[in-house]
Amino acid sequence: MELALQVKSVSVHYGGFTALDDISLDLHQHQVLGLVGESGSGKSTLARVIAGLITPDGGEVTLDSLPLPKKRSREQRKQIQMIFQNPDASLNPKHSVRQILSEALLFHRIVDRAQVEKRCKELLAKVHIEESGLDRFPHEFSGGQRQRIAIARALSVEPSLLIADEPTSALDVSVQRSVLELFSKLKAELNLTMLFISHDLGVIHEISDTVAVMRQGRLVELNPKDRFFANPETAYSLELLSAVPRMPKPSTSGGLTT
Amino acid sequence: MPYNAILEVKDLSLATKHDQKLVNRVSFALGRGETLGLVGESGSGKSLTLRAILGLLPRGVEKAGGIIKSDAVSAMVFQDPRGSLDPLCPVVKQLTEVVRFRQQVSKKAARGIALELLEMLGLPDSIKIADRYPSQLSGGQCQRVVIAIALACKPGILLCDEPTTALDVTVQKQIIEKISALQKELGFAMVFVTHNLAVAAATCSKLCVMKNGEIVEQGDTLDVLQNPQNPYTQMLMDSVLPVPELEGSGRIWN
Repeated sequence: MELALQVKSVSVHYGGFTALDDISLDLHQHQVLGLVGESGSGKSTLARVIAGLITPDGGEVTLDSLPLPKKRSREQRKQIQMIFQNPDASLNPKHSVRQILSEALLFHRIVDRAQVEKRCKELLAKVHIEESGLDRFPHEFSGGQRQRIAIARALSVEPSLLIADEPTSALDVSVQRSVLELFSKLKAELNLTMLFISHDLGVIHEISDTVAVMRQGRLVELNPKDRFFANPETAYSLELLSAVPRMPKPSTSGGLTT
Repeated sequence: MPYNAILEVKDLSLATKHDQKLVNRVSFALGRGETLGLVGESGSGKSLTLRAILGLLPRGVEKAGGIIKSDAVSAMVFQDPRGSLDPLCPVVKQLTEVVRFRQQVSKKAARGIALELLEMLGLPDSIKIADRYPSQLSGGQCQRVVIAIALACKPGILLCDEPTTALDVTVQKQIIEKISALQKELGFAMVFVTHNLAVAAATCSKLCVMKNGEIVEQGDTLDVLQNPQNPYTQMLMDSVLPVPELEGSGRIWN
C-alpha cells in the first residue's frame, strides 16, 4: 500500500515537559488512522505537528516521501487540512458561510473567481446544507451544522490528508452519529486519507481502519482495527477498552435488535 | 407520597418570562438511596429540571406550575469541574469554607473534616501538606474536589449534572465507581443527568428519557433499555456507538 505521510521520530517539548517522545507513524493512502489516548497524551500536539502549526524539536514529517520543511509552501499547506474540535471557535463569527468557503478557494487558487459561487454550493451540498445557507453566519447554524461547514471548508481545497481533531466530541450523540456518517460517506466518495483523533473508542471503532494508541507522548500500540478491539497488545489498551461503559445486553424476549 | 420518597416532582413546568415552555409537566419520584437517571439530548430540559430541584434557576426562567416536594438537603455536582471551582482559591481552603459554613464547626475542625473528605475521594496525601490551586490538579482530581464539596453539605440527594462528560474514559470509570461506592456508604439518593445511555445503565436504577422538555418514557433502567417503547429512546440507544467485546474476557461493566 502506498504511503501518504510518514512521521519520523518526532519529538516536541513544551519547556521541560515532553509532549511527544520520539513518535514514528505511517499513514497509508486512502486509509483512516484512528488515534486514541487520554487527554494530555499528545494526540493534538501530533496533529498540530503534522498540520505544520507546531515545529517539532526533533524528527521530521514527510508527505509523499518529500520532507516538509519548517516553513511550508502554500502548496504544502494546502495538502494537509485540519478540522478542529470546537466549530464555534474555528469559524469566524463575522464572516458569512460564503466568505468562509471562498476565502480558502481563492487563496489556494482552486477555481476562478467566477466559479467560486458554484463551487461553494457544491461544497455545501456535499455536507448536506442547503444553498440558502451561503449568506448566513455561523451563529445561525446548530453545532452539528457548524461542524459540517468546517468540514466543507477543509475539503474545499482538495487536501491529500485530512486531520480531524475530536470533530464530534462537542456534539450531541445523535448529531455525532450523523456527522460520523458524513465522514464515512465522504471517505468512500473522495478516497480520503484521514487522521482521526478521538478519545471515544466507539467513534474510533466506527470510522478507522487502523488504530494507534498514545500515552504520555509515546505511541504504545499500532494495530489494525479488528485486532485492536478484539485482542489489544498492551495492558494500557486493555485498560482503555475495559473502561468504556457498555449497554446492557438486550433481553431475548424484548423487541430490540442490536 | 408513594413509598418512602425523598423527592417528589409533580407536573413541574418551567418557562421563560415570555411564556416559552422549556419544561412541560414533568413528574417523577425518588426513593431513599435510589438513583434516578435523566437522559436526553442538549436542550431537552434535563439540567433545568435539576436546577429547579436545587432552586437555582437561571435568570429569566421561572417555575410556571407544579410542585417539588423534598425533605432533604440537596447538593449538586456540575459538568465542568474547573468552571465550578474558584481558580484563585486553593482547593482545601475552598472545601474548608463550605464545611465550616454548612456544618457550623470551628475553623480547625472544618479543616479536619475537609481533609477526611478528600481522603475518602482518593486525592493524593500531598494535598494535606501543600494546598493546591484547581489549575494544578487534573480534571479528574478537580471533579473529586467538587464531589467532596457537594458531600460537605451532607446531602440527602446528590444532583449530578453530567459529572463525567468532560473526563477521559478511564477517569470516568473511576469517578462513577467512586460515586457509587460513596452512595452505598453514605446512603444518599441521586439524580444523575447524562446523555450517555451506557453511563446511565451503569449507575441508575430508574430512568427518565426526556425530549423537548417532556418525559417521553420512564421506568426501571433495564426495562427501558431492553424494551424501549418510544422511538426517541430507541434512537438514543442506537446512537451509542458500540465497542466490540474483548476476546476471552467477560463483561467488565455491570
